[in-house]
Amino acid sequence: MSRKKDKPRKSAAEAFSRRDFLKGAGVAVSGGLMVGEQVAGATPPEGATQVLGPGAVPITLKINGRPHKLNVEPRVTLLDALRNHLDITGAKKVCDRAACGACTVTLNGNPVYACAVLAIEAQGKEIQTIESLTTGGKLHPVSAAFVEHDAQQCGFCTPGFVMAVKAFLDKNPNPTMQDIEKGLGGNLCRCGTYVGVRQAVLEAAKAMKGGKAHA
Amino acid sequence: MPKCKYDWPEAGERHLIGTRIDRIDGPAKSSGQAKYTYDINRPGMLFGKIVACPYAHAKIKSIDTAEAEKLPGVKVHLVQNVGTEIQWAGDEVVYVAAPTEELASDAVAKVKVEYDVLPHLVHDEDLSKVGDRGKPAAEQKSGDTVAAFKDPDAVISEGFYGTPIVTHCCLEAHGQVTEWADAQNLKVWASTQNLSGLPGAIAEAIGVPATNIEIFTPYMGGGFGSKFGPDRWGIECSKFSKEVGKPIKMMLERDLELMMAGSRPSHYAKVRVAAKKDGTITAWESDSWSTGGPAGGGKPPIPYVFNIPNQVTRHTSVSTNTGPARAWRAPNHPQSAVLTMCALDDLAAKLNMDPIEFFHKNADLASERTEVYRQELRKAAELADWQKLWHPRGDKTPGHIKRGLGVSMHTWGGRGHNSNCNVTVNPDGSVEVALGSQDLGTGTRTIIALTAAETFGLPIEAITVKIGDSKYPASGASGGSTTVGGVSASTRRGTIDARDQLFAAVAPGLGAQPDQLEAVGGKIQVKGDSSKSLTWKQACAKLGVKPVQVTGKNPGLCELGSSGVGGVEIADVSIDTETGLVKINKMVCVQDCGLVLDLKTAESQCYGALIMGITYSLFEEKIMDATTGRMVNPNMEFYKLAGIGDIGELVVHMMTGPGYDERGVIGLGEPPVISPGAAISNAVANAIGVRIPTIPITPDKVLAALEKGGMA
Repeated sequence: MSRKKDKPRKSAAEAFSRRDFLKGAGVAVSGGLMVGEQVAGATPPEGATQVLGPGAVPITLKINGRPHKLNVEPRVTLLDALRNHLDITGAKKVCDRAACGACTVTLNGNPVYACAVLAIEAQGKEIQTIESLTTGGKLHPVSAAFVEHDAQQCGFCTPGFVMAVKAFLDKNPNPTMQDIEKGLGGNLCRCGTYVGVRQAVLEAAKAMKGGKAHA
Repeated sequence: MPKCKYDWPEAGERHLIGTRIDRIDGPAKSSGQAKYTYDINRPGMLFGKIVACPYAHAKIKSIDTAEAEKLPGVKVHLVQNVGTEIQWAGDEVVYVAAPTEELASDAVAKVKVEYDVLPHLVHDEDLSKVGDRGKPAAEQKSGDTVAAFKDPDAVISEGFYGTPIVTHCCLEAHGQVTEWADAQNLKVWASTQNLSGLPGAIAEAIGVPATNIEIFTPYMGGGFGSKFGPDRWGIECSKFSKEVGKPIKMMLERDLELMMAGSRPSHYAKVRVAAKKDGTITAWESDSWSTGGPAGGGKPPIPYVFNIPNQVTRHTSVSTNTGPARAWRAPNHPQSAVLTMCALDDLAAKLNMDPIEFFHKNADLASERTEVYRQELRKAAELADWQKLWHPRGDKTPGHIKRGLGVSMHTWGGRGHNSNCNVTVNPDGSVEVALGSQDLGTGTRTIIALTAAETFGLPIEAITVKIGDSKYPASGASGGSTTVGGVSASTRRGTIDARDQLFAAVAPGLGAQPDQLEAVGGKIQVKGDSSKSLTWKQACAKLGVKPVQVTGKNPGLCELGSSGVGGVEIADVSIDTETGLVKINKMVCVQDCGLVLDLKTAESQCYGALIMGITYSLFEEKIMDATTGRMVNPNMEFYKLAGIGDIGELVVHMMTGPGYDERGVIGLGEPPVISPGAAISNAVANAIGVRIPTIPITPDKVLAALEKGGMA
């Protein structure tokens, strides 16, 4: 599969290959408790490790610009916190292990698989979900391009895909088709909408920030 | 002037049909606003999870839920009892429900089930190793194969071909949210392809009348044939919900989704096929076998597409412990295409014939669609640049990248299912069409709106479509490419009748007879005299206080659809003979489906089918471990789906216009997904000069075949 090939990276495609996604997710999970403890409680004495849980702990998540307070066990993923605790359901649960991208949201502008990030470690970061992209009933250029190019069928992968595309274009405003195929390899679709997605990304690139698309 | 009152408008009179229309629920989906079953959260809802049997074949010896029930708020529900014989790993034994998903997971871990493990069989590729699990069916024959194969003029090709079990891998897992409004009335949000059929399918098992059950499926995240019934989880969770007095959401987790919520049966065959030296196909002989789990596997429709005059087929159904079969997009056809089109491609190679020329020559064996196939073969060859790029078996150019082209043909029915709809035209001009259908992502909502807008001469935004609720008039299950024909026909009849009632109401004011009026461009006007007209809103105001309400039906008067399509696909691939990797350069799909309503969503069906086809041709396989009897890749990192970089260039051409449009609306979901397996396999054989007998064509198989003697 081409997404598994280990080719030298090009500058425009530096953003996020599937491989980077997985690597990033792994690092993030293993570092989860440390980040969580800093935000969740008082600073522990130097050298000591404060253990959180296993019971629920109060946390605050800043989602789409608004703070949300909730009580979750430290093992709760950001995805489950969004969907089950806050009823923010745009990010979808599909593989639940960082393989498919349907749960993609951004943390401080970087795309992450919300199923592979613990809610406690998302504290203090700007969490952006698909729900933030539509303002005043007006579709974001990426969402609009998905409609125009029919880059969706059942639509279950679509919110994650749109978030991945948005984050991709924020860092790669002038992508080539090769950049798109590499940079968006971390989102899987079962209905087979990639032809529309490819066109939608080129179209959205034009619409966003006056970026110029290469065919 | 249409011959029959409900007929589709003639080519020059269509304003929306055949154009590219955006799907009307696109904005809801791409903005994350669309609520799927998985997204439903109800007050007080519990999360359900499954305690599944880890063995492929076992008898339940004991079940102990005491420890699980000690957890706060945890409830349990026995699904299968002690003594039951389990036939596949992943089968459900106990359901648990808890206020949080995490607690439900803890509860699953605390349920203790003991089993007597029984012998299992999970592989069927080698028929000699299935023992008494194989059940041969009676031989079927026609013509005289013995004489045909003995003919001194006969060129004979023999081969082994096959496809393993693949799964559906719907991105929205199977499942539902069940909620009792009171002791007698149940609401179910279900990810289903069969909204109108579910109340009847659940009612008896849970002991309330079907009329007390309401199903909601506003959006659903893929089915592909695996979501027709309520399933055990639908029925048992309804009971469980009642027992605990709370709504329960239970969606299968990905591993169980892949292990047990749908297998496309395997199909394998040893095939002998003969042709005269001039390329005329004369005889077919096949010994086939398949499994779709414990119930075995039925005989595939082989030889496929070509009705070969002399044929004998023998089939063995193999019972395995691999999870139950479910219909998978174009049931049995993709497998039959592999068994037939690969065998015929090998025969063409033996005849030193170009396979396109070979299929052309034999197209008269393809029943009433001979001419369609010939047109499609020509078009596909042109779009694939076949004349320039095709070469005889084995790419002789230097280097380790070998390129090849392959072709396959397919067929499907696709007649519209039974469908009812309610059409309402309100005095304020608003229009609503309501029917008990579901949009699997094919564009059902859009087709309904388009049909109504076409009839009323309105823009598509003027139509409100209501689907996804079983209280709307019953419409068929969405399977077998039957939905578009069904819902478009019921909507067409309902809207024509509603339009005629509106004409009757406004005709006197326009000084005309109702049959002299037309609805075009947002107006009701006298035909040929646009000075005598009313805007749509003005016309509807003439209704006074009473809306027009009409029921549309399919089937009904006038033929608005038919059945039977062809289709030709070509694959252009490159194989790296050092790594065994197959890369898709290009796929061409040439498809007919009668009258195309929305060209944009029709093309999307074909693009999607090509991609799903590439996926099952190169990556997909339910890999079973012989020792443990378990699926070893029940996840999405090892049950691989193609990514955006794996698909190459895709070209879709819909056959439309005279000769096609007259057939009316025919379904499109299944046909284009049938040929990719055979086309890609044939392209690989063309590139490296040796047949990879089974799909998926993975690097290990390519390297093994090359070692045995590829010509490349």
